[in-house]
Amino acid sequence: MAEVIFEARNLTKTYRSGEVEVHALAGVDLELYAGELVVLLGPSGSGKSTLLNILGGLDHATSGTVRFRDQDLTALDDDGLTAYRRDHVGFVFQFYNLVPSLTARENVNLVTEIARAPLAAETALDLVGLSARMDHFPAQMSGGEQQRVAIARAIAKQPDVLLCDEPTGALDSRTGLRVLEALSQVNRELGTTTALITHNAAIKDMAHRVLMFGDGRITGTFVNATRKAPSEITW
Amino acid sequence: MRTLDRKLLRDLRRIWAQALAIALVMASGVATFVLASGAYHSLDETRAAYYLRYRFAHVFAEVRRAPKAIVEQIETIPGVAAAEARITKLALLDVEGLAEPATGRAVSVPDLAAPRLNLLHLREGRLPERERTDEVTVNEAFAKAHGMAPGATFKALLNGKQRELKVVGVALSPEFIYALGPGDLMPDDRRFAVLWMSEKALAGLFDLDGAFNAVTLALLPGASEPEVLRQLDALLARYGGISAYARKDQLSHAFLDAELRQLDALRRVIPPIFLLVSAFLINITLSRMVALEREQIGLLKALGYGPLPIAAHYIKIVLAITAVGIAIGFLAGARLGQGLTWLYADFFHFPFLIFRHDADVYAIAGLVTVAAAVAGAVQAVRRVLALAPAVAMQPPAPPRYRRMLEGRLASVFPVSQLTVMALRHIARWPARAGATSLGIALAVGLLVTALQSFDSVELMVDVAFFRTERQQATLNFTDEKHPRALQAVEDMPGVLRAEPYRSVAVRLRNGQYARQLSIVGKPDPMDLSRVLDLDFKPITLPRAGLVINERVAQILRLRTGDVVEVEVLEGRRGVRLVPVTEVIRSYFGLTAYMHLDALDELMYGPRLTGVHIAYDAGRQGELFRAIKATPGIGSIALQRHALARFRETIAQNINYSVTIYVTLAVVIAFGVVYNSARIQLSEHARELASLRVLGFTRAEVSRVLFSELVLLTLVAIPVGWVIGYGFGWLLIQAFSSDLYRVPFVIERATYAKAALVVLLATAASALIVRRRVDRLDLVAVLKTRD
Repeated sequence: MAEVIFEARNLTKTYRSGEVEVHALAGVDLELYAGELVVLLGPSGSGKSTLLNILGGLDHATSGTVRFRDQDLTALDDDGLTAYRRDHVGFVFQFYNLVPSLTARENVNLVTEIARAPLAAETALDLVGLSARMDHFPAQMSGGEQQRVAIARAIAKQPDVLLCDEPTGALDSRTGLRVLEALSQVNRELGTTTALITHNAAIKDMAHRVLMFGDGRITGTFVNATRKAPSEITW
Repeated sequence: MRTLDRKLLRDLRRIWAQALAIALVMASGVATFVLASGAYHSLDETRAAYYLRYRFAHVFAEVRRAPKAIVEQIETIPGVAAAEARITKLALLDVEGLAEPATGRAVSVPDLAAPRLNLLHLREGRLPERERTDEVTVNEAFAKAHGMAPGATFKALLNGKQRELKVVGVALSPEFIYALGPGDLMPDDRRFAVLWMSEKALAGLFDLDGAFNAVTLALLPGASEPEVLRQLDALLARYGGISAYARKDQLSHAFLDAELRQLDALRRVIPPIFLLVSAFLINITLSRMVALEREQIGLLKALGYGPLPIAAHYIKIVLAITAVGIAIGFLAGARLGQGLTWLYADFFHFPFLIFRHDADVYAIAGLVTVAAAVAGAVQAVRRVLALAPAVAMQPPAPPRYRRMLEGRLASVFPVSQLTVMALRHIARWPARAGATSLGIALAVGLLVTALQSFDSVELMVDVAFFRTERQQATLNFTDEKHPRALQAVEDMPGVLRAEPYRSVAVRLRNGQYARQLSIVGKPDPMDLSRVLDLDFKPITLPRAGLVINERVAQILRLRTGDVVEVEVLEGRRGVRLVPVTEVIRSYFGLTAYMHLDALDELMYGPRLTGVHIAYDAGRQGELFRAIKATPGIGSIALQRHALARFRETIAQNINYSVTIYVTLAVVIAFGVVYNSARIQLSEHARELASLRVLGFTRAEVSRVLFSELVLLTLVAIPVGWVIGYGFGWLLIQAFSSDLYRVPFVIERATYAKAALVVLLATAASALIVRRRVDRLDLVAVLKTRD
């Protein structure tokens, strides 16, 4: 059995949105294992982003515990969470969140400058197939290219986990597939534990494991006996 | 329209801090204008009303002794409305409680008829009775300084005769709004008195029965002043008339005038700076607002709102901010203006104060401020009008950044990507960055200008009191004395050194340029009262020729080596040609020096006007008692007292204005930096939040914002120094007059202090914005598109 990277127990998250209380997470238990690619599948509002934000140290849980290896994330304060994100987590978001005033290479360097054992920016960009576009600004690239820069930026620090929230959500299917290929390649070649949120059921076929979400709970889990390569996926 | 107005109120509530910062910058400009204009108009009006009601004369002349009969002749000079002859003499005073001798200027008041010119405003008591040699009405400042009321007495040495004078009244006069003792640099109310006495009594005391030694004239409207002066001089020449002068050269009037000119300069120079800065702040804030509300604007247009109501909506926001700024400016300006007027009124002596709150001053301040604000808004509003609804509802094109600090340059100067971000932001919005820097630079400049005045005053004090006038006291004789008077002074108790001088009234002429002044003859060597060259080095006066100060050289267009025509106005008159041997430095008055021997030769015989002395401080009491009993001494100037008074008066005036200037500079620096920081934060909030997600700490993220501001501030500081240098120079030029010149000097510490104040203001506003950086919502920012 592979090492447990994340372990969550009875995790809840309650927001106050105006007058109403929203139970975004209503008691989640899960483990993520080293090196696996997990897809979190569910409709919007089912709590998968909330879970990812808590795992990534962007948000605090209302109750329950999350452990990252030996570390209790729920016990960390803001500074502790910042250090945790800096040292261990790579993020990829739906809207890329690149810095518009920095070129592709510089966006990656942003992270390598503060990482302990980073890849060279060029290596990371090469890995996502962008060696030819390194000196372009985000505004000069297509959405797919921008998202691959975001992936390169996320993996350049050689993170322990890569957390991707709807990475293909803003892309057409053809570009989306290229992005998924990049993620799959990183998982395969660097062995980075990857959690990928999507509401697109087709994507589940590339995962080692799929967690189904509904109403703030995990409603089902299954293991893909045979995984499809991203190129075989269609939607 | 109602709905849009509701949006307006909510928008204002949302941006209240930025709006307030802008309003304060506007308020500073408005307040300065209202304050300076208010004080200027109030003082000008007060002075004019005072002159008119108390019939302040237009022309003044002194003679040695003239028969009263020629007054009628004077009155026949075309343009003369009235002439009043009088007797005015100096007297040494011995006042109880005052160790040092004081100086009094005795001025006669007519006995039989009511005075026609230079009327007194009686505060207490009455005028002296006819022929009473022991009754005197004194000026209010002197009475106050000694707590004197009618009934009080003091001793005076009048024409060598010791008298006990009884105060019968306390009064103010338009002639002595600024009451300066002879030889003094600053008014000293304790040591200078105006003594109004019965004309008959003074005539008796000074052997001037049926005669006078001074005359003042009122002119008819439209009279030719130069022509009256010329005819008066011609008439008085044979009675030892020195030279008649007009009101503009009357000491009290000239000082007041110099002060009014400074106020005028203040209201002309400072407010435009604030208008410029507030127009810029309006521009960047509104531009950002329009950029943020692009989609809303598109939506409103799509809903059928025309461009004009939408533009009006944004203009209304600007007008609301401007209204607050103007209101604060009006209130602060009116209050501070009244404070400043009182301060002046306290320094100058007026019987009443007219506060002017001119509607037109407020109207000008208000209109110009609105115009500047609207000008600042125009660009942003035009963008609103230009947007097609369909375009507006789409996100704007992403900003294009330029590459810089790459490749080889980056390997030579390895900078972090955070710094690169800051630099690219500056390069992307160069006009805004430039204007931000300029705004900060103006704050630095204002500070340099304000703090520079301390440097100038210190230099003035150093040159005037420690390098030039090093004597402890100057004794002025009642009239010219034989050189043996020097021996008499040397023999006085405690006198260590005595240095004679002679002062002769002349008119210098170089072609069309002429000026009346005194040539002072000084001995060789000069040790107490010295003459400095342009490099501040003491010189010895040449045996022949004339030495003049820069101001005289400038007025008469003279240079070393030129020959100037010297018309002697006293004694055996005559005209001589004298070469200018050197141009020298002096900050007070119009000065010309000659070797004492050369001057004696010019005047056909040796005479002394007074003596500078150094004395043993331990025997001061003894010396002062001796001086008070010496008939030949008309007045005494005490340099140490003068220095203390000078420092005190200047410090009071400068402290007031420096406090105002520093406040204004801080308002500018704070307003500019705070607004720039808020706009940057608004534009880059998403990037900064992304950096936080990537694991950058709050401090690191703030650095992107702050390195941009710090860079702009660092660029601004030297620019501000240059601006400050320029402003300072201009103001100093505006302040120079024949009475005094302020040297222009800026110490390094002044530059450093100005930079420090602005850096602190920058840091303070940055820290306020830092709190917002700390509160960036990481999760929310990831869920939205740019």
